[in-house]
Amino acid sequence: MIRPALGVLRKDLKLDLASPGRLAAVVLFSVVTLLLFSFAVGPDTSSLQRNTAGYLWLALTLSSTLALGESFRLEVEDDALEGLLLLPVPPAAIFYGKATANLLFLLALAALLVPLSFGLYGASVRGSFLELAVIIALGTAGLAGPGTLYSAMTARARGSDVMLPLLLFPLVIPVLIASVKATSLVLLGDPMGDRGAWFALVGCFDLVYWTLCGLLFGKVVDA
Amino acid sequence: MRDRENLLGALGLLLLCLGSAWGLFYTPPETKMASVMRIFFIHVPTAWNALLIATFAFALAVGVLFKKSPGKWDAALAATVEVACVYTVMLLIQGSIWGKPTWGTYWDWDPRLTSAAVMGVAFAGVLSLRSFAEGPRRKALWTAVATIIAYVDVPIVYFSVQMTDRTLHQNLSSPTSVSSIYHWPLRANAFALLFIGIWLIIRRARTILLEAEDDAGGSSPAPEATLVAGVEG
Repeated sequence: MIRPALGVLRKDLKLDLASPGRLAAVVLFSVVTLLLFSFAVGPDTSSLQRNTAGYLWLALTLSSTLALGESFRLEVEDDALEGLLLLPVPPAAIFYGKATANLLFLLALAALLVPLSFGLYGASVRGSFLELAVIIALGTAGLAGPGTLYSAMTARARGSDVMLPLLLFPLVIPVLIASVKATSLVLLGDPMGDRGAWFALVGCFDLVYWTLCGLLFGKVVDA
Repeated sequence: MRDRENLLGALGLLLLCLGSAWGLFYTPPETKMASVMRIFFIHVPTAWNALLIATFAFALAVGVLFKKSPGKWDAALAATVEVACVYTVMLLIQGSIWGKPTWGTYWDWDPRLTSAAVMGVAFAGVLSLRSFAEGPRRKALWTAVATIIAYVDVPIVYFSVQMTDRTLHQNLSSPTSVSSIYHWPLRANAFALLFIGIWLIIRRARTILLEAEDDAGGSSPAPEATLVAGVEG
């Protein structure tokens, strides 16, 4: 299970690195989104600063659909997925490999967006950087897990560009709520010590959906 | 006899008229909300049935995954998801109508309102995915998978909004929290909406099956003849 998953992960990362243009497009999209928020809200520095966590997570969520959609579009072209499925490995291994590749991609994107949003919105970290890293890892995992499963379907359906966000956005509302809350508490300070519960909530969501999606992936690609 | 479900539908509609008339004209007004509260006789049964039907959809979806040829189960599942969508939209509209005079606002970011809205949108998304999927097998499996994923999300949404601690919504209505004089019209409408729901599901499942048969008949080419008499010219 683990070795084939790592194999798929390595293949996906190689593909990512082999097409820097694709990476750059997603990165550029997320940067433009961050800029748009500051224009939409106006030059009110204090409100931008207060809502940094919200804008950061929205930018990540919006750009995640681009990254996730791409991950299966490549597999569908030339029926590459068929080849992958012919390998004598459980489909769940393919899912975990691809989901982890997507997670790493989103993490790299976040590593770029966090300092950028701090610069644009004038935010700073009152809590610890480690906690910030943990909540970003948990939140992006919440996007990557179900997102990978959905993109396995939408990439092979008509109208795939609309379908992925349509399915994914309502689903990840708990991730969005909890990640924004937790990130906000880490950035602005947490006098009541509430952030633990929000970390736990995203953690539970990840656990439920990474398990469930791994189980269901076989049925999705079987069709 | 075919279409026996129409009897159930007629019974449901009759019961709905009865329960609603009872609630509207033959019960005393509530102490705080006066007659505004009478929407409760339809709102609460809608909420119960929306959740019940969504749960039924989840059970069907699990069933579809284990079936070799899920044709009938798939039709039932798609019909149930559609009816769950309709009930959820009804629920949200009734709630907004009730919310304006009593809370002073149509909408509140409360756990129940938010999770109902998310359920509606998520189930609508499932139907949208279904319409974009090609082939009966793919349609069936993807609808089932997406329904399971969407259904599991509803309690998580509820819980996560509850953690933000914002609500105007009153506590859940149950026989213990509702004056006993209101019980019977409430029960009548609850069963009415259940019967109507089942009726709609069966009717819709039938048409989905017919559509599927039609698609299968229309798209498969006529079998090619393998032995042709005469000499090719």
